[in-house]
Parts: sequence; C-alpha cells; structure tokens
Amino acid sequence: MAASGGVPPLLEARGATRRLPDGPVLVRDVNMIVRAGEFIAVTGPSGSGKSSLLYLLGLLDRPSEGHVLLEGQDTARLPASELAGLRLARLGFVFQFHFLLPEFTALDNVLIPIRRRGLLHGAAARNRAMALLDAFGLAPAAQKLPEQLSGGMRQRCAIARALANDPALILADEPTGNLDSVNAAAVFDIFSRLTREEGRAVVVVTHDAALAARASRRVHLVDGVVVSDAAQAEAPS
Amino acid sequence: MRLLLDLARGMLTRRLRQTLVSVTGIALGVAFFIATAAIMRGFQTYFVTQIIDVSPHITIKDETRRPTAQAAELAHPDGAVLVHGVKPRDRVRGIRNAGQKVAILEAMEGVAAAPVLQAQSLLRYGSRDVSAVLTGLEPDRHRRVSNIEEDMIAGTLDDLRRSANGIIVGEALAWRLGIGMGDTLSAVAPSGTVLSMKVVGLFRTGIQAVDQGHGFALLKVAQVLADRPNVVNQILIRLADVTQAEPLARQIEARFGDRTESWEEQSANILTVFVIQNAIMFSVTGAILLVAAFGIYNVISTVVIEKTRDIAILKSLGFTEGDIQLLFLVQGIVAGLLGALVGCALGALMIEGLALVRFGVNTPSGQGQFLLDRDIRVYLLASLFAMIAAALASVIPARRASRLDPVQVVRGAA
Repeated sequence: MAASGGVPPLLEARGATRRLPDGPVLVRDVNMIVRAGEFIAVTGPSGSGKSSLLYLLGLLDRPSEGHVLLEGQDTARLPASELAGLRLARLGFVFQFHFLLPEFTALDNVLIPIRRRGLLHGAAARNRAMALLDAFGLAPAAQKLPEQLSGGMRQRCAIARALANDPALILADEPTGNLDSVNAAAVFDIFSRLTREEGRAVVVVTHDAALAARASRRVHLVDGVVVSDAAQAEAPS
Repeated sequence: MRLLLDLARGMLTRRLRQTLVSVTGIALGVAFFIATAAIMRGFQTYFVTQIIDVSPHITIKDETRRPTAQAAELAHPDGAVLVHGVKPRDRVRGIRNAGQKVAILEAMEGVAAAPVLQAQSLLRYGSRDVSAVLTGLEPDRHRRVSNIEEDMIAGTLDDLRRSANGIIVGEALAWRLGIGMGDTLSAVAPSGTVLSMKVVGLFRTGIQAVDQGHGFALLKVAQVLADRPNVVNQILIRLADVTQAEPLARQIEARFGDRTESWEEQSANILTVFVIQNAIMFSVTGAILLVAAFGIYNVISTVVIEKTRDIAILKSLGFTEGDIQLLFLVQGIVAGLLGALVGCALGALMIEGLALVRFGVNTPSGQGQFLLDRDIRVYLLASLFAMIAAALASVIPARRASRLDPVQVVRGAA
C-alpha cells in the first residue's frame, strides 16, 4: 500500500458502494486514490454512475458500504455539519449549470463561501474574491449579476467560487456540458493550470472524450464499476 | 450572521410582491390589534375611573363578615359545637361609635372619610312610585369622598342645607317621576314615615343604576325619615392613592371589625367582565395574526421551493443544515418585523382616525366619541405577537429547506 507510513493521500475511496433504498446500485465497490496535483477525468456512458461517484468523493453523499477518507480521515461516521465544514474548507464544486445565486453579483457569489468560512474579513475577503475573478478575466464583470454574464463567464465565475477557500480538491460535474467548444477548452485549461501550477487535485466528470484526453489520468465507469483507471499523457492545450 | 441576513434579503426582494402581501397581512393584524386594544382599554379605563369616581374607594358597612361567635363556641373552642337557628340580635342597626371611627380615619395620611345613612325609600309624585336608595350625607365631608358635585347638572350639595327637606335625585329618576327642580315629592320609608321633600338638585353620573335609583338628602333628614336618629350605617372613604384601597380595607376591617369593602371588591363583577372582554379581544386579533402567519408560511414555503437549487448550492459550498434553517427563519422574522413596524404606524393612524369619529348620540361619557387609550405597551405586545407568529410560521418551511438533499437536487437539474 502506497499510503502506509507516508503522508495519507488527499482522497481515498475504499470499497465505496452507493445503492438507492429501493435497490438499484449506482456505484459498486470503488477503490480509488486521488493525490495532490492529479487531474482525473471520470468518463463513462450515461447512467454509469459518474456523478454518483463524484458526490461520494465530494462528501455530498455517503456510501452505503465502504469508506471515503479525506486526508486520511474516515468520513463515514462524521455528522452532517462536519462534512459541511470539510466541504467548505477543503473542497470546491463546479456543476454543469453554473448555479450562481441569481440575486447576487459575481463578486458577491465568490464572497459567499469566503464569508461563510470567516477567516478573511472586509477588505481582505474582497481582495481575495477580486483576485480570483481577475485570474479568470472577470474583474470587469465583478459587479454584474449572473444573468448579465455569458455562459462561459458564468462557469468561470463558478470555478472562481469553488476556489474561494483555497481548496485542495476541485470536483466538477460535466462543467462544460453547457458550453461551446472554445469555452469548454478554456475551462479545461484552467483545470490543467490548477493541477500543474497550484498542485490542487481536480476530478472532472465528462462525457466529452476529446476533453477527457487532456487529463493526467482517466477513470472509466460502466454500470457503476471502474473498468479502467490509467494515467495518460496530458494532451497539450 | 451578516452573511445570512444578506442572503435572506436577496431571497425576499426576489419575491418582493408576495413578501409585501404577507407583510401587509401582518401589519393589518398588528394595526387592528392596536386599534381594538385602544378602544377596549380606553373604555375600560374610563369605566374604572367612573367606578372609582362615583363610588367610594372603601366602604365600611354596619355588618360583620361572619356571624358573631356564640357563647357555646367561645366556651369550647376545640369542641364540636353546632348552634342552630342563630337570629341577629335585635338591636339598632348601624355602625357603632361612627363619629369616633371617622375621627380615627381622618387622622390617617391621605384618607378622607364621611359617614352616611343609606336607606331604602319610596319616592312618590302624584300617582307614580319609584323605589330609591336615599343617602343621608354631610355636604362638607361628603364633598371630599365623592365626585357627585361634579356630576350635578342643577343645584349644589349646599342647597340641601338651604331648604328644610331638600333632596337631590338622579336625572333619570326625575324623568321617571316626572318631576323637575323645585317640585315637592313624598318620600316614604319602610317604617312608614312620610316626608315631603323638595327637589333642590339633579345629577347625572352616566351610570344608569345610580341615575335611576339614587337620591341624596342631609344626614339628619335621612335619619328622621328612616326613624333611626343618630345612626350611620356606612362610612365612605376616599384615598389619595387608589391602589392602596384593598390593603387598607383589610387593615380597617381588622381594627374595627365592621365589614369593609374596597372598590375592587364591590366591582368584582365588572372587573371580571373586563377579563372576559380582554380574552375575546385577544382571541379575535390573535386570529387575524394567525391568518397573517399563514401568509408568511406561504411566502417562505414558496421561496424554499423556488430556491431549491440555491439551497443545494449553499449546502455543497459547505453551509450546514443549521445555516439553511436560520437563513429561512431570518426571512420569516424579517417579514414579521417589517409587518410589526408598518402595523404600529398603521395602528397609530387608525387610533387618530377613530379619535375623529363622532357618534352624534349622548353616550354615558357625554362626549359622543371613542375613548381611546394610547399605551406603548400595546404596541410592544402586538409587535411581539407578530414576530412570534412569523417565526413559528417560518419554522416548518425552514426545516424542510435544511433537510433538502443537495445530491437529489443537482441530479435532477443535470
């Protein structure tokens, strides 16, 4: 075992199985280790359990059997409030739809998780949010409402929000599903940069094979079972 | 907390019109509560003031609360003694040593006392008979324990002394007998004594029972009519501090032994009616607030359903169930607070509006308008009710929101 003795891996699924109360199995006996700096693409046909696996890895859902360990800590028995605390501090989510709060400006949307965490206040919090927006070319749009932004800008704003509390792991569920190819490529560029330059781990669920080819590792799911899990050379952008 | 308030504001302003409707509901509830309370309390305060003004604060009567102890009972305090058929001793009824007691009372701080003789009599004028309570009084002393002089619409108490057998009657009593100032009527006592009495004054207290069935004469005249010379059967007491009536009454009774009643004891029936009246008022206005609370429940529920996605997002960002619950609770409480504020302003306006209403009839108060009580505590109470109702109304939707499973929401949307 690679983890014995050394630093525990960022995230580890051990025999994680998720079944619905009425029977169907979404994810079956998944063993998977995510390390810092990895860019993992999860692929598979529709209904293969890609998203369900992502929710398990993201501590949004609990496995019916097995365990999910974040930085060596077993999360199976943690109360919901502690899982929420871990999500706030260590994880960032990006969904297919941008899911920005419609009543708040781009800046406020990025500020919400920062303010909820409460480590930064006032000007410091604003500066962090502005820096994130600026990194994704959104500084001029900071005071705009989500409905005033283009699709690509919204998704970039959502990524900025996911990064608000400097998470170790970004989980993205079909983040390019609603974007054209140019914007989709831009999102993958960002993920690639986050892993290579900032050492974060990124797990992306996607059905776009061309984009999946750009990840450093590819996990393929069929019917909730991991059928292949292999490193691959990152394709250049 | 600031963050939750900001989020709550964003969500409420999104549904501005619905929010306004439910806030208006709360505001109307609060306003009606305040206005109704102002009318009821105004009337009650007036009524109590009338009672306090018209009747003495404390009345000492020529009776004892319990029958006097019998010799057999005194001799065997521990024995089982039962005496049947005890008849009141045949003696001249009245307060013994009344003059001395009045002197003792008058020596007390803030106490004015006046001896009177109250006797039943039949007032007869022509073929009309009206039974009335005739109170014999000493004008100088009586003036200090009663406001009857202020209720005089003709003549004065002193006029009793200017005429041989003067009488002052209630206006309604005069109407019933068909007499006016200066007329002479016959007063018949139960003992059979008949006196011709001249009407030297009329009064109107606003209390029908008093106006229809009371008359005043000099103490000496009443004693002659009742054939009870030098007898006084009541001592009326007025206090500088009304609230001391009950304890002082107990003190006097303990000292003199005569039955002593405070105004609260004498008006217990009316005060009980007020309690019931208030209960009715609270239930009716409470019902308005209840309906308004359903409005808030409705808005918060709608917001929860509409904001399902946002709730899921906040949870995925790391907001706890407690955060989400608080977020919607805050919305309800903010709606309640707004409703309370608007309601207080509206209530104050309604009270001023009611103050302008004139009935055009002769009400007991003689003013023909609402008697209004403007008490800050009513506003506070109504606001408190509104806030509690709003908070309770938002608890259920807030709990529902907090239990939402983000996975199901995200899965459904994707």
